[in-house]
Amino acid sequence: MNALKAWISRYQLASLVLLTVLLAVVLPLTLDIFRLNLVGKYLTYAFVAIGLVMLWGYGGVLSLGQGVFFGLGGYAMAMFLKLEASDPETTKIQSTPGIPDFMDWNQITELPAFWVPFKSLPFTLAAVIVVPTLLAWIVSFAMFKRRVGGVYFAIITQAVALILTVLIIGQQGYTGGVNGMTDLKTVLGWDTRTDTAKYILYYVCVGMLVLSMVVCRWIQTSKLGTLLLAMRDKEDRVRFSGYDVADFRIFVFCLAAALSGIGGALFTLQVGFMSPSFVGIVPSIEMVIYAAVGGRMSLVGAVYGTLLVNAGKTFFSESFPDLWLFLMAGLFIGVVMAFPMGLAGVWESKVVPWWRGRQSALREASAARPQPPSPPPHAPMKSTAPTDAKLPDGTSGQSV
Amino acid sequence: MSNTDFALAVEDLTVSFDGFKAIDALTLYIDKNELRVIIGPNGAGKTTLLDLICGKTKASAGSIKFKNEEIIQVPEHKRVRLGIGRKFQTPSIYENLSVFQNLEVSYPSGRSVWGALAFTATDAIQARVQTVAEDIGLGDKLETEAGLLSHGQKQWLEIGMLLMQEPELLMLDEPIAGMSARERDLTAELLQRICQNRAVIVIEHDMDFVKKIAHKVTVMHQGKILAEGPMEQVQADPKVIDVYLGH
Repeated sequence: MNALKAWISRYQLASLVLLTVLLAVVLPLTLDIFRLNLVGKYLTYAFVAIGLVMLWGYGGVLSLGQGVFFGLGGYAMAMFLKLEASDPETTKIQSTPGIPDFMDWNQITELPAFWVPFKSLPFTLAAVIVVPTLLAWIVSFAMFKRRVGGVYFAIITQAVALILTVLIIGQQGYTGGVNGMTDLKTVLGWDTRTDTAKYILYYVCVGMLVLSMVVCRWIQTSKLGTLLLAMRDKEDRVRFSGYDVADFRIFVFCLAAALSGIGGALFTLQVGFMSPSFVGIVPSIEMVIYAAVGGRMSLVGAVYGTLLVNAGKTFFSESFPDLWLFLMAGLFIGVVMAFPMGLAGVWESKVVPWWRGRQSALREASAARPQPPSPPPHAPMKSTAPTDAKLPDGTSGQSV
Repeated sequence: MSNTDFALAVEDLTVSFDGFKAIDALTLYIDKNELRVIIGPNGAGKTTLLDLICGKTKASAGSIKFKNEEIIQVPEHKRVRLGIGRKFQTPSIYENLSVFQNLEVSYPSGRSVWGALAFTATDAIQARVQTVAEDIGLGDKLETEAGLLSHGQKQWLEIGMLLMQEPELLMLDEPIAGMSARERDLTAELLQRICQNRAVIVIEHDMDFVKKIAHKVTVMHQGKILAEGPMEQVQADPKVIDVYLGH
């Protein structure tokens, strides 16, 4: 029983189960399909956010270009869907039937070679993960092996985001340009626009997200997770303990990229289009804000952060569209100044200790009751709560 | 002198920073099982020498041989794997991890990405952590967060982290800086114990401590070796008295 309890707390299963219940039961029961589809869209950003927890929170590497990997995954999926939507029958009015409409508008008369493999679904699913991971590997190998890090790395990721946006917009004939890829309808003949399909895709998204979180949590509890924390704080000590620091950073950057790619693909499936506005610098920074608000050390926190910020964005941009960007900036500055560990940090350092203190006070009060005169119940609470609360686990050894 | 039985053979080693030679054609041999103390005034190049041996700084010229193998081109983490351990001047430990985790992470297995993912702390590793923790006097503090240790305990923990790797050459940069008298004595005992079966280089300023532990002393000055030999001989050397020990 105790072993089970330890196992549950090691993998933080309680909070994960709570989140799963919220996403898989509570929200589908309370929201209509339009709103639920919106939540599904937000959850695709949560893949990026949990990737940032691993990369930024654990690895100490801030990337301001995660939109690149989100976009690559999304575009890979969009290319498959676009090809399926562009069968010769529906595109027979084009001068070249059977190719995507935007190619036809750009006087392209033949499907480009790099598009051809995206006719295959298995290839596309592999590409959703492999393409972002490969780019991440190239960028991070070049940077981390040369010990480029910190702010310089963040700036380089921004540059990559800008380059990819310019490339996508400039190569309109191959990418759909600034409009992106639209009119995506079916997967192997299955219409993704019906309500049933939206429910199914929502659950696929939730399932993949929970699975990703379990994998990330497992990595956090492995020696690799410990090493990430170690090299974040004392890089040289790790290096001079015989580890190649760059290899671990490359791994975690590729992991974050792969997660972002999966998120991007699920975005395309649920929203029905992909465009460069999800690739560039602004969306990339927004994704960092999700992780920062939720708490960059907490996987579950990052998901809540993503949901809250996006719900706020939807709410405010419906009411005050001009103010939203300022509010967002204010939120980011406020969180970083006041709660550097985000919502999860507030939960851990304020709510949980307060609750524990209350619980132990209640227990003492009920134990003390038979002996008259019984002390007022709030008195022991005041004295025991702070001592109980402030000492983190493991400090007890200090007093011995 | 290319084929030797030394643990470490440094020959004609030079490093210059913008023309300034921090280490100038320095030659130094360390025997197996030897505890060598390096002393010298500030700026003599003591820490730079350790940086060069462990690979933190790249040499401009010269040769460093560890167990008769040229290592001047070998990257830092591979030098560690060959058996060179380095303790930094300020205690360099993972403050947010427990003492147990600090030692466990230093155990030399699962050093690749996939190895670290598959790593499990076997009974043998846990036993080793326990042994080392007792060696450095932290046997009852395994679950303590390392950041909460006293300064002296942090220094010991870092030495313990190196011991986990069982290095054949151990380099300690001012291991007793900031320690109380009692902690210094304990550290001296610890060093005498751990220099069995391995070569140890210690940088230190405290002469009483040096006397207590040194087999041989090397005095550095302006990137060169000024004197070398047993403590009494070095202390009597007029050159050494002139630049370092004072009259």
